[in-house]
Amino acid sequence: MNVSLETLVQLCILLPIFSTIGIVALRGNQNSREAVSVFASLVVFYSVVSIYLGVQSGETIAVHWLQILPGLSLSFSVEPLGMIFALVASFLWLVTIIYAIGYMRGHNEDNQTRFFCCFSIAIGSVMGVAFADNLLTLFIFYEVLTLSTYPLVTHSGTEAAKKAGRVYLGILLSTSIAFFLFAILGTWVIAGTLDFTQGGVFPADANTTLLGVILVLFIFGIGKAAIMPFHRWLPAAMVAPTPVSALLHAVAVVKAGVFTIMKVCTLIFGIDLLAILPTTQGLVYVAGATVLLASFIAMRQDNLKARLAYSTIGQLAYITIGALLASSLGVVGGSMHIAMHAFGKITLFFCAGAILVAAHKSKVSELDGLGKQMPITMVAFFIASLSIIGIPPAGGSWSKWYLLVGSIDTGQWTILVILLLSSLLNIAYLLPIPIRAFIFKESTTNGAVGIKEAPLPCLIAIGITTLGCIALFIYPDPLYDLASSILQTSSVAYGQ
Amino acid sequence: MLAHLPILQVIVPLMAAPACLLLRRPKLVWLFTLLASALAFIISILLLQQVMIAGTISYELGGWSPPWGIEYRVDKLNAFIAIIISGLSTLVLLASRTSIEKEISADKHTLFYILYLLSLTGMLGIVTTGDAFNVFVFLEISSLSAYSLIALGKDRRAIWSSFQYLIMGTIGATFILIAIGLMYQMTGTLNMADLATRLPEVAETRTVITAYAFFIVGVCLKLALFPLHLWLPNAYVYAPSIVTAFFAATSTKVAAYLLIRFTFSIFGLSFSFTTLPMGTLFLTLGLLGIFVASTVAIYQDNIKHVFAYSSVAQTGYMIVGFSMATTAGLSAMLLHMFNHALMAGALFLALAAVTYRVGATKISDFQGLGRQMPFTMAAIVIGGLSVIGVPLTAGFVSKWHLVVAAIGKDWWVVAGLLLLGSLLAVIYVWRIVETAYFNAPMTGKDSVEEAPMAFLFPIWILASANVYFGIDTRLSVETATAAAKGLFGVAP
Repeated sequence: MNVSLETLVQLCILLPIFSTIGIVALRGNQNSREAVSVFASLVVFYSVVSIYLGVQSGETIAVHWLQILPGLSLSFSVEPLGMIFALVASFLWLVTIIYAIGYMRGHNEDNQTRFFCCFSIAIGSVMGVAFADNLLTLFIFYEVLTLSTYPLVTHSGTEAAKKAGRVYLGILLSTSIAFFLFAILGTWVIAGTLDFTQGGVFPADANTTLLGVILVLFIFGIGKAAIMPFHRWLPAAMVAPTPVSALLHAVAVVKAGVFTIMKVCTLIFGIDLLAILPTTQGLVYVAGATVLLASFIAMRQDNLKARLAYSTIGQLAYITIGALLASSLGVVGGSMHIAMHAFGKITLFFCAGAILVAAHKSKVSELDGLGKQMPITMVAFFIASLSIIGIPPAGGSWSKWYLLVGSIDTGQWTILVILLLSSLLNIAYLLPIPIRAFIFKESTTNGAVGIKEAPLPCLIAIGITTLGCIALFIYPDPLYDLASSILQTSSVAYGQ
Repeated sequence: MLAHLPILQVIVPLMAAPACLLLRRPKLVWLFTLLASALAFIISILLLQQVMIAGTISYELGGWSPPWGIEYRVDKLNAFIAIIISGLSTLVLLASRTSIEKEISADKHTLFYILYLLSLTGMLGIVTTGDAFNVFVFLEISSLSAYSLIALGKDRRAIWSSFQYLIMGTIGATFILIAIGLMYQMTGTLNMADLATRLPEVAETRTVITAYAFFIVGVCLKLALFPLHLWLPNAYVYAPSIVTAFFAATSTKVAAYLLIRFTFSIFGLSFSFTTLPMGTLFLTLGLLGIFVASTVAIYQDNIKHVFAYSSVAQTGYMIVGFSMATTAGLSAMLLHMFNHALMAGALFLALAAVTYRVGATKISDFQGLGRQMPFTMAAIVIGGLSVIGVPLTAGFVSKWHLVVAAIGKDWWVVAGLLLLGSLLAVIYVWRIVETAYFNAPMTGKDSVEEAPMAFLFPIWILASANVYFGIDTRLSVETATAAAKGLFGVAP
């Protein structure tokens, strides 16, 4: 392979963005337009895997674009956490594109060109977030991600969609400008650098009260992580077409949020500093409360997508807890949960979309007996639920295990109780769905005659992600290796 | 030739104005005006180059040496501002011929260009001259032509707005004249550099303090600093669209220049910020301006009103930078002046294009424009994002510098407020985006087409500049910083 890794990193970011040109140019012909998306996603996934293999063999990567502000440039590098995120996002993009093609056509959506364009830009910015070498670069792509997903959320253009778009953009943009940017600026003035550095960037004599405030600004400012009370955008965004909810609100957008929190905690503050900040403990409790409250709210949602949305909020808070525990086990658990939850939740969303396309049902209470008509979908739903809950044989059990051990390790008994309780709640709101589908009898009002499985592209996508959930349980080693090397080595050369 | 650049900067548009009368044919007049403005732009670029290399240029008018003769004095600060003015003027002129077709009756076209050139002359004159009385003269030239330009608007309310501006502007100019008179009385000189050396001796007298007070009120009227901004919104809305684009991008910048020049180079830093509590005053007014004007902008029905109030808010940001009285704060202010010129230019030119095609700029007129005028609307979105201060736009860069400067002074609360202020911009910008992209066109308006090239070309130069200067900030930041440092160098 004679393409350098630097080129590949840039390709991952730029190719999706420039593929929009092809998508627009070929808008007349659906098949070739979608071919552009598929091609771009294949190339990006291939590149990310090549980067992964290259970095494993000890190569280092540093890409510098231009200097935007004095001492601050747009630059990229690869470190284990970003690698996890990039691998997950690029793989699931590929799967989602396949799914989206089936879904968008099966559902006869309008404005498909705009849809695929914004989708590509969003993925390009996710790659930018994953490979960002400093907070400014990360912030820029974070904002591009917000703006490019806005048209996806408001896709249908109805009054409800516009309203949801307002909530979406309003919360994400205002938290990012008022808190996140403020925290970045504070960091810049105190530390004089925004580069992600092993062990943190702040000088040893910095005022811990001030840093504590900055940490609070970071945690709430990264609105994409949906820590309460800034979580309202996530359920609002569920008006989007299902592939958007699936990729963006189970993987790309929300994971960009928790990924950023994880990065800030480990590589801006450093876990040693994090442990002594006065506000850390309070934030852990806020995240813990988010876990519980979100689960309670999820139980009461009859709309399937809304239930999944609140479930996402709860699961994201797990990752935030992992980051804030300030222990290496917490970081390992949290980072692994980024991948585990992504596979589980995207499967659930795919299933919800398949049910919508095939059976035109969106409420939990309407699903009685659907297991007979859509067995593949409902089995996939069951397995993915296990992964979210954290029961073998699904991947989620590993990440939850490390999170539990991490909370015991740091003596966070309250958090331990919260995590265990939440797992029970997860069971309570997820498992009734397959149970209803398989065990309950069809209600007479259901009128479910002639419902068949969803279109083939959708089933393929569901199959792949479900197998992913199981594969991550059987063979979590590469993921574990990546996650455990986040704290061990410098950001440029962890492969040796 | 090169030695005469400072005077040519003013003379070229000044001489071009009456020459327009001889040409008569509107198209020729337009080309000629464009040429004159472009020449002025080239001259200001050359001037900035000279100043960056060789330092301050002093030009003796008619060979009379200062402080007796009139001196034109160009340093990094005025060269920077002159570039903003002449550059934006040239870009706006590109679209003017098409725009005034529909907004000004044909027999007044020549008159329009003459007034435009005179206004440009006045602004460039204020910026280049090193003589305090000359400032007043040029201020009157630019203001008088501005009143007439605004009165050319098709809407009859233009005359009322122009009159309102006339009253407020005249009060402002008179106050400035009184200030200059008092300073002359105390020092016996009108040359700025000479004033700067003589004023400190008498700085503690009541007369000088009174002079400064008159000057500040006068210049803040022209600057439309909250709460002296009342003339601005209507003047911007009812003037011909092209005039609005020109003034929104340039005229408040000139007033801001005067504020900086008099405060830092003439009265001096310690006088204004230590003897007098100007820092606190400006900080309060600036912040109030940001929040009040942005809030008012949210409730406006006419989009020109929205961005007129937004301009008042942006002036607030500049003034907050000014109130810091540090190099970082001042360079953030200068940077924001430059970047705001780009935003305002792009936005108001795009609004001119909308006026040209749709006939009005009420929020309801924007329904469906996202499809009908995609390029114009995309430019409005970029300009709007820049106003909000989203990364990769020029607005982000100036807000970044401004907030860093605030934190550098340990003004954490102010830094937070500056960022909160941008959230209000999100609301008024997004109202437009939503209406334009997610509403179907009103009945009877479904045949609206994209604006002609004459608009799209300058609009997109400015929109791209908003992105370019959000990514490659070397030029803007370095010049602004150099200008700010220069001011602190000469300030006592």
